[in-house]
Amino acid sequence: MLITKDEIASLLPHKLQVQEGEVPVESKGLEKTKLLEDLRELFGTQPLAVLATQGEGTPYVSLIAFASDEKLKYLLFSTTKATRKYANLSANPSVSLLIDNRKNTLEDFRDAVAVTALGKIEPVEDFELRIMENIYLMKHPHLVDFLHSPTNAFLKINVEKYIVVSHFQHVVEVKV
Amino acid sequence: MKKEGRKEGINVPRGACISTAVYNDYVDKTGLRGRILLELNRKPFEEMRWEELWDLSEKIKHMFARTPFPPEMGTELEEKLAGYFGEKAVAVRSSAPGEDSAKTSFAGVHASYVNVWGTEAILRHLRLVWASLWSDSALLYRKEMGLDIFKSAMAVLIQEIVEGRVSGVAFGMNPEDASEALVEAVYGLNKGLVDGTVEPDRWVLERKSGNIKKHYHAERGRGVFGTEEGTELRELPENLKETPPLTQEEVAQVFNLTLKTETLFGSREGIRKPQDVEWTIRDNTLYTLQSRPITTLVGEDRDEKRLWHLSLRRSFGNLKELRETIEEKQIPAMQAEARELEKEELSGLTESTLAKEIERRAGIYRKWHDIYWDEFIPFAHGARLFGQVYNETVDPKDPYEFADLLSGTGMLSLERNRKLEEMAGKLRKAPGLLQKAKNLTPDPGLGKELDAFISEYGGSYSESSAAREGLVRLLVEMASSPPLSQPPASPVKTKEQDRIRKLKENFLSRFEGEKEQFAAELLDLGRASYRLRDDDNIYLGKIEAELRRALLEGEKRLKKRGLKGAKLPEIEKLPNLEPIIEEITEKMIKTLKDPKYSFEWKKSGKTEKTEKTEKTEEKLKPRQLLGNPSGPGTSQGSARVILQESDLYDIKAGEVLVCDAVDPNMTFIVPLCSAIVERRGGMLIHGAIIAREYGIPCVTGVPDATKLIKNGDYLAVDGYLGIVTVLERRDW
Repeated sequence: MLITKDEIASLLPHKLQVQEGEVPVESKGLEKTKLLEDLRELFGTQPLAVLATQGEGTPYVSLIAFASDEKLKYLLFSTTKATRKYANLSANPSVSLLIDNRKNTLEDFRDAVAVTALGKIEPVEDFELRIMENIYLMKHPHLVDFLHSPTNAFLKINVEKYIVVSHFQHVVEVKV
Repeated sequence: MKKEGRKEGINVPRGACISTAVYNDYVDKTGLRGRILLELNRKPFEEMRWEELWDLSEKIKHMFARTPFPPEMGTELEEKLAGYFGEKAVAVRSSAPGEDSAKTSFAGVHASYVNVWGTEAILRHLRLVWASLWSDSALLYRKEMGLDIFKSAMAVLIQEIVEGRVSGVAFGMNPEDASEALVEAVYGLNKGLVDGTVEPDRWVLERKSGNIKKHYHAERGRGVFGTEEGTELRELPENLKETPPLTQEEVAQVFNLTLKTETLFGSREGIRKPQDVEWTIRDNTLYTLQSRPITTLVGEDRDEKRLWHLSLRRSFGNLKELRETIEEKQIPAMQAEARELEKEELSGLTESTLAKEIERRAGIYRKWHDIYWDEFIPFAHGARLFGQVYNETVDPKDPYEFADLLSGTGMLSLERNRKLEEMAGKLRKAPGLLQKAKNLTPDPGLGKELDAFISEYGGSYSESSAAREGLVRLLVEMASSPPLSQPPASPVKTKEQDRIRKLKENFLSRFEGEKEQFAAELLDLGRASYRLRDDDNIYLGKIEAELRRALLEGEKRLKKRGLKGAKLPEIEKLPNLEPIIEEITEKMIKTLKDPKYSFEWKKSGKTEKTEKTEKTEEKLKPRQLLGNPSGPGTSQGSARVILQESDLYDIKAGEVLVCDAVDPNMTFIVPLCSAIVERRGGMLIHGAIIAREYGIPCVTGVPDATKLIKNGDYLAVDGYLGIVTVLERRDW
């Protein structure tokens, strides 16, 4: 039995149908606010994210526990210094972070949102250390010993922009 | 329970129940749930040694003790508790779900605290009772009963303390005779009865009729009574000494109470469960303090009700006895025996006399080995007992601070290390002598010192020339670099001694009156336990070395005899004789006695087999290995993996010592190392103790450490988090 194109379309979520011709988020302030709100919520529900660094021209990804500040300008994470990712980002502070809510099911193609953050690693400065630590530990209170170990580095990604993918192929960019 | 109790005409003290929801809220909001999970996950539960289990539960307990309630939660609890109990003394008792059901009894597994005063103290003890959900015995018990460790939660009962005139326990059924019931009573508080300081009057009743069959009078002398700051043991007035604490009517009343609670709790499960009841009488009113089904754990039941330090006292007493036996009897006998063996010349013996001598020495070794396991190792618990008390009273930031108080008490191995450093110092100052040593040219002066050293510290330095040579190489290595970290007892470390003195003063100041005496004795016991744990191994090492010497002599003879194709075990290279001692001794004796027996040596193919299986399986390359942080600090260096004794002498300054288990006989190389990585786990094992003494980073409990790490791998050791990273794999 054949299914018509219209029938397939009716199975798809409404948003996808209006994808074409949509005004880019950047030009509409309200939509940016809404999107950032959605991202804030997404980031809150995801304890872990995939960090991409590079060492000698080779990409290297690793799973990290992250948190973000209220404005989503900074993404915070922590790593021991004897790791590959730390060696990589010490040599090259440009990194990328993937935050997503996939469940590894078919429905992901409809429901999942994947956010790629691009930015540069910066050390957490003394003046902001307390507040940043609080932000991080609010989300990951069990990592307190890890965070406070002298062998650990507490870092922030100064985010330049987010690339947000939804509905499998719907992609928007937002600068922060 | 309170409500039902009143309905059935049973009086219970006022109380409040802190539900499991409060527990869950607390561990979620504070992140403790995650921290516990991380700690429990360092290693599979099944692979943990009891020492590691103890460390684990002590760490978790420490987390509970040091993690306050989130402000809004704390305030709410404080207000409620203050309104309910004010400044009255209470008992804080565990009541985990699944506890005391028909099948399981957690009696004695979880903690209970009595005579807790004031809201702040109640909240602290509430957390300590929660922590006991993760005590080593509780973890083992839940594992044994097949209960889910991670689903654990605990409700806690806070109960006003009723200071009765007379108190006691009663068994609705005598655990030893089902036709009888028992009532025990003392003047004053129950504490005197349950901790064994006051002898109770005892009535045996017929369960069916309630008739008293027999009354055993106690020698009534003293009783435990409440005071402002706790309880005290007081002399009874003369008239009470002569009068039994209960009248016959009261005995009947107490017995009836056991039947009432039996009906009350039994009916719930559809079967009758005789009860074990703790009761007290105040102003002619009989109060039920606790009632639980009698289980096979009846004997331990009473422990739970003890004050914490009193509950330790019984095992404290045992440990004190053990110490006396070990220090005054076993150790001197062991030393004397080792000295006797050392004097004997073996090279002149005939082969059959040598065989007899080996047999005798193997017997002596076995004897001491058994004593070591039966008495010396249990005595090591003394250090842990002290740690437990220290942590509960001082509540330090570092749960192993107590180890600093225990150390620096003249451990033999540290003395030996100082002596080594002294010899190295002489070489350092005399280039001519150093050159001689480098070329392994004998020097009479140094030779004498080495002789004295080996005789004094014996250990596993066998008489073999390889070990002696190794020792010289080690001295050369030590002399070629500047003096290493000073052993703690040197005057340079007076600051450290100052700190330790302060720790001690602070600890003792937490106790008052006769309790201070108890605390001082406990510290003394802890120190003895800590020191002996190290020394006893050295003494046993001497005995082992003497057996080894005889076996080496035997091997020499066999080689002379020229056994064709026989695979001799190369005793010199075996780091640890213990696993093969029976086999090797038996074969050696038989071969020495009977020249035809030599073919037996060909059979031994054990070592070959293991090599083969290792070769066929492709090895995984380790990158980061997880163990337990056992000595703070971090450092990097090449791995020196110890697979056999002779490897010890190859160590170079700055290398990371990687071994199966640091034996006290090995600790002389520790000052040369930049870090220690050990397969065996525990915070108070030798490696961890010595690392702490020298301030060297240490990670213990790394599974398969010596198999995964290769000699020469470049390692980063994180002694804060317990991580070993292979930064560069040796590629040769």
